[in-house]
Amino acid sequence: MSTLEIKDLHVSIETEQGTKEILKGVTVTISSGEIHAVMGPNGSGKSTLASTIAGHPRYEVTSGSITLDGQDVLEMDPDERAQAGMFLAMQYPVEVPGVTMTNFLRTAKTAIDGEAPKLRTWTKEVREAMEKLKIDADFASRNVNEGFSGGEKKRVEILQLELFKPKFAVLDETDSGLDIDALRVVSEGVNRAQSENNMGTLLITHYTRILNYIKPDYVHVFVDGRVAEQGGPQLADELEENGYDRFLAAV
Amino acid sequence: MTEQISKTQETLQSTEDPGVIQEVLDNNPEIKSLGNYEYGWSDSDDAGASAKRGVDQAVVEDISGKKDEPEWMLKMRKKGLKYFQRKPTPTWGADVSDIDFDNIKYFVRSTEGQAQTWEDLPEDIRNTYERLGIPEAERDRLVAGVAAQYESEVVYHQIREDLEEQGVIFMDTDTALKEHPEFFEEYFGSVIPVGDNKFAALNTAVWSGGSFVYVPKGVHVEIPLQAYFRINTENMGQFERTLIIADEDSYVHYIEGCTAPIYNTDSLHSAVVEIVAKKNARVRYTTIQNWSNNVYNLVTKRAVVEEGGTMEWIDGNIGSKVTMKYPAVYLTGEHARGETLSVAFAGEGQHQDTGSKMVHMAPNTSSSIVSKSVARSGGRASYRGLVQINENAHNSANSVICDALLVDTISKTDTYPYIDIREDDVTLGHEATVSKVSEDQLFYLMSRGLSETEAMAMIVRGFIEPIARELPMEYALELNSLIELQMEGSVG
Repeated sequence: MSTLEIKDLHVSIETEQGTKEILKGVTVTISSGEIHAVMGPNGSGKSTLASTIAGHPRYEVTSGSITLDGQDVLEMDPDERAQAGMFLAMQYPVEVPGVTMTNFLRTAKTAIDGEAPKLRTWTKEVREAMEKLKIDADFASRNVNEGFSGGEKKRVEILQLELFKPKFAVLDETDSGLDIDALRVVSEGVNRAQSENNMGTLLITHYTRILNYIKPDYVHVFVDGRVAEQGGPQLADELEENGYDRFLAAV
Repeated sequence: MTEQISKTQETLQSTEDPGVIQEVLDNNPEIKSLGNYEYGWSDSDDAGASAKRGVDQAVVEDISGKKDEPEWMLKMRKKGLKYFQRKPTPTWGADVSDIDFDNIKYFVRSTEGQAQTWEDLPEDIRNTYERLGIPEAERDRLVAGVAAQYESEVVYHQIREDLEEQGVIFMDTDTALKEHPEFFEEYFGSVIPVGDNKFAALNTAVWSGGSFVYVPKGVHVEIPLQAYFRINTENMGQFERTLIIADEDSYVHYIEGCTAPIYNTDSLHSAVVEIVAKKNARVRYTTIQNWSNNVYNLVTKRAVVEEGGTMEWIDGNIGSKVTMKYPAVYLTGEHARGETLSVAFAGEGQHQDTGSKMVHMAPNTSSSIVSKSVARSGGRASYRGLVQINENAHNSANSVICDALLVDTISKTDTYPYIDIREDDVTLGHEATVSKVSEDQLFYLMSRGLSETEAMAMIVRGFIEPIARELPMEYALELNSLIELQMEGSVG
């Protein structure tokens, strides 16, 4: 049983107009096996939260804390966070020209686990995971994210989620840009990782659509860099009906 | 004609797009220099210590005399010396104004005679090559033949018997001049004339060693011939001269590797490589240059390709202080093809001024240049290339792709593409990109568990992959480990 604790997190970025505070005191606690949905309008700071948890250097934590089973996550570099069992499925996965998916997946798996996976079982595992996510076998020899469509990139993020088996995953708008079939396939992948690894999940989304496939235990409504309201899954239903207006009006 | 080319270059230089990126040191103020240079040891140096410095008529006569050369070669050497003395040091490329020609040792004889087995080599030289991994390659028969040049002369030489039986000649240039003078009378200086440029002229004056290759009609040499060049003496000048003749319908792949010790003062490597690919012949020439970073590497390489023939230059420049090298292909027959793949790494204190020249002299000829460069720790990588399509070379096609990758914000890359087209009916393509290793790329890989160094190395390896995959396996692996070594020092 692990716990990822985010406490009163304040985060700023440097812009041309000067320092701008994006997160204004975020507190969320996620335990193994739980799914937390973070929902909110554009520009509310959801992606900033995701990137900050993973340690992107552009985001400066000005106060507050993130701990993983009591360990100070903010002290860790992004690679150390990955090795500690954290994973971010990115909204905009980056292309790495000249590096094949096969090479990338094996190198990353080795770096995360601290030892190389056994070649035979690994190859099989990758192949099966790709099949389940309906990713063509030829993607294995293609360069990381190069020329992939938006939907393909998202599938490949979930492929990594399944293969790397993190303790905690942050899914940053994994549902955006997916058609209904892809949404289902990707959601099934998340659910598999969830149940097989007892993973804790922070699911960031605009829409309630994905919540038809991935059932959250908690819903956090995110507005203007803060959690405006927390509740159970029924909160998502309310958002579906009434939108964010109620929360925006309160800002 | 070459005179014209360099003039064209000078005049064009002011008008072309500079593409120069020079940013101030901001993000990584403590960027360190590159990692360890693996080949930087030096052996004891009795032969080099007593060698004479500077070059004049007497030095040239002495070299020619020691080699017992025919009169015409001595004449040619003297002509080379005259051109060398007369021509100004070029100022259009990398800065070579600091070379002290009077301090260079132009000829160092390290052994008496050439060895046919490794055991026959003097121990120190044998050790050197064993540390470079050469006898292993030879023992494992990864190569069809090996030549090893230490200082001025080839000290070891071997070729597979079956190739010899097929009439393939692979020997050092000095011996070849004695045993096969007919090739030299016809081809020596025919591809790169004596006065082509200052450094080719110097090479002609004081050349020593290098390889001579002749592949008879229809013979395919399936595994590569390899040569290894090593400078040991401080302030040494190495001036090897290579001549490759591929007769009709033949194929050969020649590979050279170069290393030198790290000294406080500079050495000079100024080679000339002439290649003749006859009708439908194909020659591939691969260089992995890893000179230590006190070597000026100023090399003239050129191939003449006849009808239907193909020349491929694969040119890797990792080491040296300054490299100026633009492997050229003169496409003289219809349907001849030229190709250059080049990759350059410029680290701290290094300027890699490299590229290629493609000269289309016949109809239906085609050429391509792919150049990739990586600059880091304040190094500078320049692409300088010429595409010339002569009158009547109609229906010719060329494409140039040059991509530069900057690893940090203190390094520099620039591009000097010269184009001289005298025919309407041609196809040309030119693409140039400059990319920086982005924060997002590093973050993506690091969030997958890779350290910053590993992430950087993966990005760089991916960037040069199109060229690395063309290299023989052991060279590709060496290139990969060199990249890792270089990246170690380059992240803050």
